[in-house]
Amino acid sequence: MKTVFQELKKRLGDAILEVSEGPAKEWHVLALKDSILKIAECLMEVFGMRFLFLSGSDTRKENGSFTLHYIFSYAQQDQFLTVQTKVEEKDPRFPSLAHFLPKANWHEREVQDLLGLIAVGHPDPRRLVLHEDWPQGLFPLRKDFGSPKKIPRAAGDYVFERVEGEGIFEIPVGPVHAGIIEPGHFRFSSAGESILKLEIRHFYTHKGTEKSGEGKSPEHLLCLAERISGDNSLAHAVACAQALENLGRIEVSPRAQFLRVVFLEMERLHNHMSDIAGIALDIAFSFGASQLMRIKETLLRLNERLAGTRLLRGVVTLGGVRQDISETQKEWLIQEIKKIKNDFDQTIQLLWQVDSLMDRVETTGTIKKEVAEVLGGVGPVARASGIDRDLRRDHPYAAYKDLFFRVPVFMEGDVESRMKVKAQEVYESFKLIYDALYAMPAGPLCGAVKPLMPSQSALGYTESPRGECFHWISTDGQGKISRWKIQSPSFSNWPLIEYAVLENIVPDFPLINKSMNLSYSGNDR
Amino acid sequence: MFRILKKNIETGKVTLPYASLTAKATEGFLGAPEVDPAKCTGCGKCVMACPTKALTIADPSSEDKRFFHLSYGDCIFCGLCGPVCPHQAISFKGKFDLAARTKKELCRELSFSLSDCRKDAAFMAQGALPVKEKVREVPGFEQGDFAGRISTEEIGLRLKDKIKRLFGRSLHIREVDAGSCNACEVEIVNLSNPVYDAERFGVHFVASPRHADMLLVTGPVTRQMELALVKTYEAVPSPKLVVVCGSCAVSGGIFEGNYAVVGGVDRSIPVDVYIPGCPPRPEAILHGIFLALDKIPAVKED
Repeated sequence: MKTVFQELKKRLGDAILEVSEGPAKEWHVLALKDSILKIAECLMEVFGMRFLFLSGSDTRKENGSFTLHYIFSYAQQDQFLTVQTKVEEKDPRFPSLAHFLPKANWHEREVQDLLGLIAVGHPDPRRLVLHEDWPQGLFPLRKDFGSPKKIPRAAGDYVFERVEGEGIFEIPVGPVHAGIIEPGHFRFSSAGESILKLEIRHFYTHKGTEKSGEGKSPEHLLCLAERISGDNSLAHAVACAQALENLGRIEVSPRAQFLRVVFLEMERLHNHMSDIAGIALDIAFSFGASQLMRIKETLLRLNERLAGTRLLRGVVTLGGVRQDISETQKEWLIQEIKKIKNDFDQTIQLLWQVDSLMDRVETTGTIKKEVAEVLGGVGPVARASGIDRDLRRDHPYAAYKDLFFRVPVFMEGDVESRMKVKAQEVYESFKLIYDALYAMPAGPLCGAVKPLMPSQSALGYTESPRGECFHWISTDGQGKISRWKIQSPSFSNWPLIEYAVLENIVPDFPLINKSMNLSYSGNDR
Repeated sequence: MFRILKKNIETGKVTLPYASLTAKATEGFLGAPEVDPAKCTGCGKCVMACPTKALTIADPSSEDKRFFHLSYGDCIFCGLCGPVCPHQAISFKGKFDLAARTKKELCRELSFSLSDCRKDAAFMAQGALPVKEKVREVPGFEQGDFAGRISTEEIGLRLKDKIKRLFGRSLHIREVDAGSCNACEVEIVNLSNPVYDAERFGVHFVASPRHADMLLVTGPVTRQMELALVKTYEAVPSPKLVVVCGSCAVSGGIFEGNYAVVGGVDRSIPVDVYIPGCPPRPEAILHGIFLALDKIPAVKED
């Protein structure tokens, strides 16, 4: 990391105010706000770092101004770098990076909506998180927002970008959809069946989760983290627990590290089953859908037996896990997993041979590698577009560094590739569960719980079934949680769908959407 | 084709009869917390541990009484209260068939003599415990932002007996997510998998509220979904039933009190049946749907 700081100092001189080491593989750089763009350029172009997310917090009580945190990953060295900058209340503007860094687009708009800071030079400064009926000048993440009983509804309309021309028409879809799925709005502009433009408008399920987390006790924060995105409950809970553990320098017991791997992979299994089943269902190939949904049900019942809940809620606790897997349960689980593996193998081998299915998925919804890279695609979606990236391998957490697994990558970026990535990952998960169960050492389930360090921030992360999921928590002077930022994989991946559908036909949209399997609630929080 | 047939035959029948679905939960399933009145001393330790104020204590100043409340409508079934109880009074035995027509039926209350409570070493004074708004002070849908859209005439038409007669055998349900975390959706989708196969009971999920007899609503009703929910409700032809699924939809759950959340579906539209759970298991959802129709299939007692 030293070379990074030397280079930054050399290039920017006085704009770099302070360099410090944070907890667990994290480094902080405090810089002037006008130099942010140059720093980002240097970090990405010289050192090959990757921008992860932007978190804004109201630190006026502590240091008299707002603070923005730009978090970068330095995968070569398994380190993270946070570039901090202060934004004064009197001059609430900060330079927008969106032109240079398109994936910063939504992040900056979120800061605008929730914190009332203004991204200067942003190409699309419309409202994002809060809809038009939210009153002007009211910013929920500011500390002086309080907890108003009733917030009036303002008048205002969202203006969609329009495509005009002869024979072009718009199809509005949502927020209430035809299937049993979450709410969100899609506006298609199409000529005939071919999609010319898609604009998504989300945040209908915005629940103010980040604000709810402020001041909560760590145990209660974990309960909330489990309810960010229902089917990724455990991935969010583990990421949140890791951030809290880093903040409290809490050691996780070695047995719990392996148990976390077992449960995390169980979660990946049931998610991928339902994703592939969903694709089969959207193609109206009900054999595949019902077989895979049956396997998913078997997995949920296994979860219930092991952990007491079907979606693995209540598994993680600070410093470890709440549920053990006994020796007898271990043998039983291995036998069950073997049966499920055979079952899945037979079904998926059949699916690959069904022409009507393959015909629909090949070349549908293609995302080019460059687009995925620029817009910040993560998880199976990115890996299906040729981006070889997986937090489990690149920034190993829990017990992943002690286990061997492959990261499947496909190049085409279409629905078929995404299906194949997920099918391959299922096999890797089976293997990881065996290996973790066999390698699991004896010992306590939980490390000693300590209070959180005051005035610190820390990062926790997991590769959830949808992709990389970050939780960033900062504490105030009393060691209480003052800001909780959730970076869910869906927030990174949603903008990609606007490109994936271009030149596809409208009836293929559900298929493309399902193959990316994005969470609305995880995105909207 | 032959291989598909072979796989189907090998798989055999996996659908479970309703009786075996509801008779007993899978071994290991946590379920709802149950308080043993013989062991509970009303100390208040569990109230501190509860993340959603499903457990509350009230000490009315006028009398020497302490009331201990457990509301399944607020409970997220996290299991944090069990281990903190110094008297092992809270147990989890996999209870899930909790659906009820009123929120009151979802509450359990124990009363203690306050002076007896004080004798317990673990006693916590009311001042140290979180408090919750009283249930009756929570505004109903009549005070909602879009209440004007729901006509009283329509509400008068909701004659339950008539509905039951009308829906003799089949029921069309429109599912609406009013801001849930997706966990309830996962379980509702599971109702259609081969194991539960809700269609065999005549329960069918439809794509439009105009085709529906019943709305199945999940989520704490976010501010940004409230209008869409009310519009969906309007679009359902009368007489209509509303069943809410999950603790968020019953009471706002863990999101209650947030700026972005209305909190509880009954603050936006009238509700017929409440299904607690976080998320409710598919069996619990089926139970709630049947309760709304007064059509719970007979379960044999062994």
